[in-house]
Amino acid sequence: MNKIGKTKIPHTTPRYSATFSNDINSDIRRAAATGIYDIRGGGAKRKLPTFDDLLFLGASISRYPLEGYREKCETSVTIGTRYAKNPIELDIPITIAGMSFGALSGPAKEALGRGASAAGTSTTTGDGGMTPEERGHSSKLVYQYLPSRYGMNPDDLRKADAIEIVVGQGAKPGGGGMLLGQKISDRVAEMRNLPTGIDQRSACRHPDWTGPDDLEIKILELREITGWKVPIYVKVAGARPYYDTTLAIKAGADAIVLDGMQGGTAATQDVFIEHVGQPTLAIVRPAVQALQDLGMHREVQLILSGGIRNGADVAKALALGADAVAIGSAALIALGDNDPIYEEEYNKLGTTAGAYDDWHEGMDPAGITTQDTELMKRFDPIEGGRRLRNYLKVMTLEAQTIARACGKNHLHNLEPEDLVALTIEAAAMAQVPLAGTDWYPGKPGTSY
Amino acid sequence: MLEFDLQENGLRKLNSALHDQKENSNQTVWKVTNPKGSHSIAVGIDAPIEVNIEGSTGYYCGGMNKQANINVKGSVGPGVAENMMSGKVVIDGDASQYAGATGHGGLLVIKGNASSRCGISMKGINIVVHGNIGHMSAFMAQSGNLVVCGDAGDALGDSLYEAKLFVRGKVKSLGADCEKKEMRPEHLELLEQLLSDAECDAKPEEFTRYGSARKLYNFNIDNSDAY
Repeated sequence: MNKIGKTKIPHTTPRYSATFSNDINSDIRRAAATGIYDIRGGGAKRKLPTFDDLLFLGASISRYPLEGYREKCETSVTIGTRYAKNPIELDIPITIAGMSFGALSGPAKEALGRGASAAGTSTTTGDGGMTPEERGHSSKLVYQYLPSRYGMNPDDLRKADAIEIVVGQGAKPGGGGMLLGQKISDRVAEMRNLPTGIDQRSACRHPDWTGPDDLEIKILELREITGWKVPIYVKVAGARPYYDTTLAIKAGADAIVLDGMQGGTAATQDVFIEHVGQPTLAIVRPAVQALQDLGMHREVQLILSGGIRNGADVAKALALGADAVAIGSAALIALGDNDPIYEEEYNKLGTTAGAYDDWHEGMDPAGITTQDTELMKRFDPIEGGRRLRNYLKVMTLEAQTIARACGKNHLHNLEPEDLVALTIEAAAMAQVPLAGTDWYPGKPGTSY
Repeated sequence: MLEFDLQENGLRKLNSALHDQKENSNQTVWKVTNPKGSHSIAVGIDAPIEVNIEGSTGYYCGGMNKQANINVKGSVGPGVAENMMSGKVVIDGDASQYAGATGHGGLLVIKGNASSRCGISMKGINIVVHGNIGHMSAFMAQSGNLVVCGDAGDALGDSLYEAKLFVRGKVKSLGADCEKKEMRPEHLELLEQLLSDAECDAKPEEFTRYGSARKLYNFNIDNSDAY
């Protein structure tokens, strides 16, 4: 030990760098060892402003509540009322987001269909086409129309209850898809018309249209092929929500699906997931503003996704103007993804339950994000469907509980005036007052 | 033959009538007059009928076609026969961008030239172009055959999968992972059939074959410059 004279110099406690944290250092070591960027599944894991930064005010003397369990609080929503002959009628405003067969196992897709149907809502295909199991078990199925067009054909298009033109995804605005060779089984390869075992890259742009004027013509083509029967959604990442919503409405969309950066992906570069896009909280008001400016709010429906977890999130999304929400990651957790019962096996993969995100490697101990036939056997689609139904029901009950407390007899009657924000950032993004004030940054008529 | 004036009756009525045709329909030959560059003409047909379009069309003519033979007596806009499943689409004139994009089957014949991105993401369709094709053609083409009797523009076959490309003229440049391949007897045989089906008098021996070098099939940092 060093001394100055007779005085021992004490050690300071080891101090980690906020800039070069352990996480960052491990990223650097990994990059140096492999020469390949880190690929993972899921959405942004960094701390972001979220719906948790908002609170409902509930009822008081100026507002009276509805009696829980006695007075009705409606939850239904109709999507596609603008042009479609057959709009989709959902019992609850919570839908299942697009996830591909390929990224997920066949039984997992079946479970999503079972759970969604039992709860009276829709599920959505993904970047791999429509499987018979999925169609068979989904009373309302939205068919995604993606840049890759894997498995796209007019027969499946006509079997769909709605078509979702995917322009972007919250986890990777401007990015294409990726399904690594480990998951390109014979069946996945056949559906995608690719050799087995190769890394499948999906384009980031549609192959036969570019820009909003082309999109309008593409929507016309899809309507002509399907006889103007089914709604056509346009899904965009929450990058420029005001302009993208405006352009999608102009192009003739029946509904807009808007996905924040917490929204999951099957596999993308970690740097993309964490550094491109905007938080879900920040994108809903600009999109609603675009709908209102064009006189299309509630005529063109807004479906918000990206990190929706519980009934409070649903209620907050609807209060800010969305017509419905979509869940992906949360649905997988309900099915059993990242369940601590598989902790030992997660440890063997170098991770822990709750943090497992190497879905692209196809080794999922829960048998959900895999094409490995042995792992898939662990997952029971009937039980999975039951769990998803329960979860959707609980979310709905939670949202109804909040709405009744705010005096609302339909979830759509929730409004921004029911909310306050806990932080200045959340107040600015949601355009609701900071708690205890009547102010938010940028509020018209204020000079802050 | 049934004659349909598009300007007088409108697109919806045309496509609706074509969709109503069944396998055993006796209304097998249709003539569409006054197309005047309209979009989405004869899309989504699923019957063994013949549709003759008397003039030029806009976007997506013959899109997602199944079984039908569609003949265009003029030129076509972007995305002709996009995602075609089967049947035959013949264009007398030129085709704009994305001709035959993502097509799964059938034969697309362009008697004039095709613009950029011809055969992009093709998944089994056969395309024969009597003239030249533009840049980035056969980008990410997965399967099927693209035959070009003239020249090809820049970056032919970029990020190609298993589609086969045959070019008679010059190729301005090849895209990432696309390379010249040996022309084997089975390729000459295939080419002869495609040229015959497309009523093209070029000789198979005059063509050069291009295909995937398959170096980008699984990510390798040593190939990162190609991405």
